[in-house]
Amino acid sequence: MSPELKTITGRPLTAEELAQHERLDRVWREPSGFIGWFKAVHHTTIGKRYMVTAFIFFLLAGILAAVMRLQLAMPDNHVLGPDKYDQFFTMHGTTMMFLFAVPMMFEALSVYFVPLMVGARNIAFPRLNAYSYYLYVMGGIMLYVAFFCNTGADRGWFSYVPLSGPDYGPGKRPDFWAQMITFTEVSALAVAVEVIVTVFKLRAPGMSLNRIPIMVWGEVVTAFMVLFAMPAVALSSTMLLLDRTASTQFFNPSVGGDVLLYQHLFWWFGHPEVYIIFLPGAAIVSTILAPFTRRHVFGYTVLVLSTVSIGFIAFGLWVHHMFATGIPQIAESFFTAASMMISIPSAAQVFCWIATLFTGKIVLRTPMWWVLGFLFVFVMGGMTGVFVASVPVDLQLHDTYFVVAHFHYVLIGGAVFPLFAALHYWFPKITGRMLSEKLGQLQFWLFFIGFNVTFFPMHLVGIRGMPRRVYTYPPDIGWTRLNQVESFGALLLFVSVCIFLWDVATALRRGPAAGWNPWQAGTLEWATSSPPPSYNFLHLPTVGGREPIWDDPPTQPVVTGLHDDAREYLTTRVLDAEPEGREEFPGPTIWPFLAALATTFMFIASIFRPIGFTIGAIPVAITMIGWFWPERQPAARRREREIWSRP
Amino acid sequence: MNVLSIFAAVPGFTSNQTSLNPVGPMAQRIEHTFTLIFFTTAAVYLLTMAVTAISVWKNRLHKDEFPPPEQTPTEQYKRTSIAVAGAMVISILLLFVMMVASFATSHAIGKENGRAPFEVDVYGHQWWWEVQYPQPEAYKTVVTANEIHIPTNSLVRIHGTSRDVIHSFWAPNIHGKRDLMPGYENDFVIQADEPGRWRGQCAEFCGPQHAHMSFLVVAESMDQFHNWMDAQAGTPPPPSTPQTQHGQVVFLSRACIMCHTIRGTVAGSRVGPDLTHVGSRDTIAAGTLRNNPQELAKWISNPQQIKPGVRMPPNPMPQQDLNDLVAYLESLR
Repeated sequence: MSPELKTITGRPLTAEELAQHERLDRVWREPSGFIGWFKAVHHTTIGKRYMVTAFIFFLLAGILAAVMRLQLAMPDNHVLGPDKYDQFFTMHGTTMMFLFAVPMMFEALSVYFVPLMVGARNIAFPRLNAYSYYLYVMGGIMLYVAFFCNTGADRGWFSYVPLSGPDYGPGKRPDFWAQMITFTEVSALAVAVEVIVTVFKLRAPGMSLNRIPIMVWGEVVTAFMVLFAMPAVALSSTMLLLDRTASTQFFNPSVGGDVLLYQHLFWWFGHPEVYIIFLPGAAIVSTILAPFTRRHVFGYTVLVLSTVSIGFIAFGLWVHHMFATGIPQIAESFFTAASMMISIPSAAQVFCWIATLFTGKIVLRTPMWWVLGFLFVFVMGGMTGVFVASVPVDLQLHDTYFVVAHFHYVLIGGAVFPLFAALHYWFPKITGRMLSEKLGQLQFWLFFIGFNVTFFPMHLVGIRGMPRRVYTYPPDIGWTRLNQVESFGALLLFVSVCIFLWDVATALRRGPAAGWNPWQAGTLEWATSSPPPSYNFLHLPTVGGREPIWDDPPTQPVVTGLHDDAREYLTTRVLDAEPEGREEFPGPTIWPFLAALATTFMFIASIFRPIGFTIGAIPVAITMIGWFWPERQPAARRREREIWSRP
Repeated sequence: MNVLSIFAAVPGFTSNQTSLNPVGPMAQRIEHTFTLIFFTTAAVYLLTMAVTAISVWKNRLHKDEFPPPEQTPTEQYKRTSIAVAGAMVISILLLFVMMVASFATSHAIGKENGRAPFEVDVYGHQWWWEVQYPQPEAYKTVVTANEIHIPTNSLVRIHGTSRDVIHSFWAPNIHGKRDLMPGYENDFVIQADEPGRWRGQCAEFCGPQHAHMSFLVVAESMDQFHNWMDAQAGTPPPPSTPQTQHGQVVFLSRACIMCHTIRGTVAGSRVGPDLTHVGSRDTIAAGTLRNNPQELAKWISNPQQIKPGVRMPPNPMPQQDLNDLVAYLESLR
């Protein structure tokens, strides 16, 4: 039973609506029991799992970073030897990028919120969604099991050849790294397809392109970037794996292979990756600003167009990670210009946010504090970005701690600050309970100060000549004091995250009830109970403005005429979201989980023997056949209702 | 130049491994661009954050409640739009200035290529630097390791590549970094105007001992440089004392000879650094230890303890042998 059976205006449900609730809940309820846990396909269930899993990986990677700071707190220190340190920094970067940032900012948030924000009852291709989650979590578990068996990846999150190649990277460490990429790529690509289809075909009637919430714009642009960026790294890591296991020579210079080819492929993915992580963060900021400034965000069109143009330009910058390799000057100039150009749409976004603050009435609650922290930190990262975009200056700063500082300002500023804003903002929606305001602000200030104490000195120590990825440094070179300050800051960050965990743990048990819309926000996810019922919306909404709850007149109609004895939904047209046809979502099933198990077996087996791929394909084929086997009853129902036919 | 002196005065930026203490025209030009970008972005940042802070301060609500959403009045909306557009125009102009400045710097540095009278070949190894001074007569070629002597006020071309994985050559007081990659040959020109010992370090992650892969660029007057070259080109005199004579026997009869070269003896292997004039160098193990008898003895007997993962194996030997070997190596000047 839903916790509050009433409408958003507070009116109790009529008998008719109560009956409809019963029927919808019967159709949409997730299966119960232990086995039922693996059958779940609703986007809120899978989205929550994505969030919790990605956050656990965030904590793991944070602990690795804390140990690295311990090692670097003293010169010539022996907390970690070089072998362990290499594993720690590689696992830290790999986990943060592949197992935390992308799964959290893109997969978790878009799986949970995009369907709610466009007024749909589920995400498109819900079984694929479940499959993508299981693959992601198994890839992560594989990487960490290997790490605990002293086979942790140790060639950097980029794993450049030939250092990671067969000649200089013996053992299986780089293989596990490369195969983890495959896991997370398949998972991210699957979610990208789901998000694009959900946004283009499943929007509530009336939600034309110019009314799509900015959060949804951010996630759909990110989905397109995932589609074009991820195949490049899947390719480079597969080629690396082939060089290592099947004796191909893609990257072996002594027989005509090319070590730079790997870098081009990797950064063709690696640079857009940064924006894949940042665009959802920027979208969160635009979303949260509206309710806490009590106005529509300033410059909707500019914000959306900036998002889209960042999505394009992000693919033209990859070479700025390779300026030191000796690129011809004309090419260098092109990539310098492109790198500086991308700060134009980013600047446009920042100015629109400041204009929103300038013209709004500001409610200083925890999510808003995180958004303000984001502005201070991220803009600083943007400024240091100009340094590394300039070729000559980059030749000095590249691969030093200055760059470490820069990308932590951009990534923690651009993703983790918005993420904490989002977690405080949407926690009431997801759980139905409020987080503590006092603890939230305490956590924010500890994190904000701790972050700057940790990462600001890295700019200085980088300019003083400290390269990245060194496991120790000599005492007489003038880096000691700054490194100690950084390590102290890491302690503050650690305490801050502990406070957050405590806050969540207590709020889950005895936090005050949130109600439908605690922040008086305007987007559709607040137009249902907290947490949302199994079917999301009792009456599927229609939309009359950009912030429907604020803008819709009280007479705004709802969608009627869908059967509530099946998971039926309405498809709408791409541009104007006019109703187009009916379709049925598939229900819960165990097959995606089994297929993910079979895929995991195939991927892991192929690390050890190339033939593993061939043998592993058999169980994958079997589970896929089981998955797609047509069911008689829904087929008959669809035929009877003629819901396959399109104009 | 006045603004630059502010930087030079910042404590900590005066060491022999920082880009803000340039000693040659390349690093100097880069520092100018750095300074331009620093002041521009710092001004923009402070201004932007000031506007943000003022907006928040001015518009904050004291009561912990959510008033109904409001439309911004048209007049205010227009003014704000103009302000945003103006800020965009200024940002684009400033970006353009910084971009042109960095093009100009790249161009000025690139122009020097091909005009250098001296060439030095640098090969990256896991985890040390092989340095060669090619000469018209092959037998006069000077081979050394981890120490690059250059004459001051003269362009020197560095011809760099790698013998194994990717490394990056970086002496920040003199120039930005350049990757040394297997299968690629990178040429670039450096110049130091101030005599001194400028420290450099590998900047591309190259395996477990990436942290212990540094080198010295020794800039000295043209005369000193030529003296050094002449000394390095010759073979060292045969050992003269009984101790060093025994030391040579130890060197030639133990594992040392498998990897190292000492010209004038039968030791001619090229796996490890050339030791012909090892006694003349400041440091050993690519800048990890000072070059003195105690440190050298410690290094020879167990390099794995000092630089775990290094290619050199432990060499247990009687104390007498070790002392004589160290005395011999230190005599190679």
